[in-house]
Amino acid sequence: MIQVTKQDQTSGSARFDHTAGVWRVLGTVHDPEIPILGIVDLGIVRYVRWRDDGHPHIGLTPTYSGCPATEAIKGLVRRALDRAGYANAVLDEVLSPPWTSDWLSEEGRRKLTAFGIAPPAEAVGSPKRLFGSHPIACPRCASEETELLSEFGSTPCKAHYRCTACLEPFDYFKCI
Amino acid sequence: MSGRHDDRFEQLKAEQAAAHGEVDLTEAPAPGTRAAIPRDVHSADPMRLRYVLRLADTSLVLAQRLGEWVGHSPALEEDLGLANIALDLIGQARYLLTYAAELEGRGRSEDDLAYLRDQSEFLNLALVEQPNGDFGQTVVRQLLLDAWQLELYEALQRSSDPRLAEIAAKALKETRYHFRFSASWLVRLGDGTRESHDRAQVALDQLWRFTRELLSADDTDDAMARAQVAPSLAELAPRWNVRIDEVLKEATLQRPVDTPFPWHGKRGQHTEHLGYLLAEMQSLHRAHPGAVW
Repeated sequence: MIQVTKQDQTSGSARFDHTAGVWRVLGTVHDPEIPILGIVDLGIVRYVRWRDDGHPHIGLTPTYSGCPATEAIKGLVRRALDRAGYANAVLDEVLSPPWTSDWLSEEGRRKLTAFGIAPPAEAVGSPKRLFGSHPIACPRCASEETELLSEFGSTPCKAHYRCTACLEPFDYFKCI
Repeated sequence: MSGRHDDRFEQLKAEQAAAHGEVDLTEAPAPGTRAAIPRDVHSADPMRLRYVLRLADTSLVLAQRLGEWVGHSPALEEDLGLANIALDLIGQARYLLTYAAELEGRGRSEDDLAYLRDQSEFLNLALVEQPNGDFGQTVVRQLLLDAWQLELYEALQRSSDPRLAEIAAKALKETRYHFRFSASWLVRLGDGTRESHDRAQVALDQLWRFTRELLSADDTDDAMARAQVAPSLAELAPRWNVRIDEVLKEATLQRPVDTPFPWHGKRGQHTEHLGYLLAEMQSLHRAHPGAVW
């Protein structure tokens, strides 16, 4: 067990160590609905900061307003931090700026494809968005001959597609 | 209109009217009837509280309606789609109700506001409490509201109220998907078979009378516009009209004639349907206060 508060007040480098420590703990927490994806890969951890109250504050942002995983993730983060000795950590809900699929890490995109979920095809801020939609590649056979089945898939963050080359249906992680 | 007044169309219209309970359209919804007077809100900033409750209740009530489709939609994809839209709306309602509870400052929570207020204290637009009807009617209701929320949230991002601005920025991203869903479905139905076209037109005719409320400002809307908390509805109206007209044109549907008066859901004067919806939504919490999963 680490006494975060005391060390934090005594030295700046201890604070740095603990910030890194909290990030390491957060790196072990996975999205309950897409278990291969860590919450850090997903881009929903916005910051780890020590505030004047001496507690580490962790900023979490929801992917979608009503995503049921948000509550579950909070619980998982809480448990992981408690176990690692950061029982005094405070979880902040951050709404602004709103989460965008651009915050998905390269590692996260790679893991999604390996898991059979097509990652977001384009950057939300990309000018390419103005000129028609980017083709979505099938995560199984990489063909771009795919078609939209539904804008809404098994979770709020996914749409449902079908590959017309290998005929497999697949989830697509939506651009938002 | 003449070609449309065939027997099947009349039959659909009669079915819809029966499902809705016939409403006398020649009279305005009685203002000042005793049951319709909302208990006034208490807050240091009552106008802002009322405005936030209107947005919150509109999302919450529509989410509850859409939830009724779960397990009953025409196809699995649509079941998932409607449930996902409902989830987004519940999420938005939670942010807004949490904010409303803070503005009220009486120690109530988002759950207290959702489960322990009565019908006349709900300030949602009357449009969203209307029954689901057939799939076409659900799609029409969704489109009318999606187009409105889209324009509203777009403008609310620049609200002088930072809390509303951040909720709007989040909600806007979700609402774009809702609009794509409802607009593309209305085009498929309207420009589909004779049956789907007629059903969509009947639904549109049935629900149009509730659209006037979306665009009619009252003292709360005006006060919020002056304080630059909210966009003025006079500015929002033409943008909503353009969006709706574009979709109706592509869907080969006729825009109905405007009713001469607005409904007043946002003042707590509701159609008979809201009470039943709230009874279902609130019964568990009222029977077992504080129950959790």
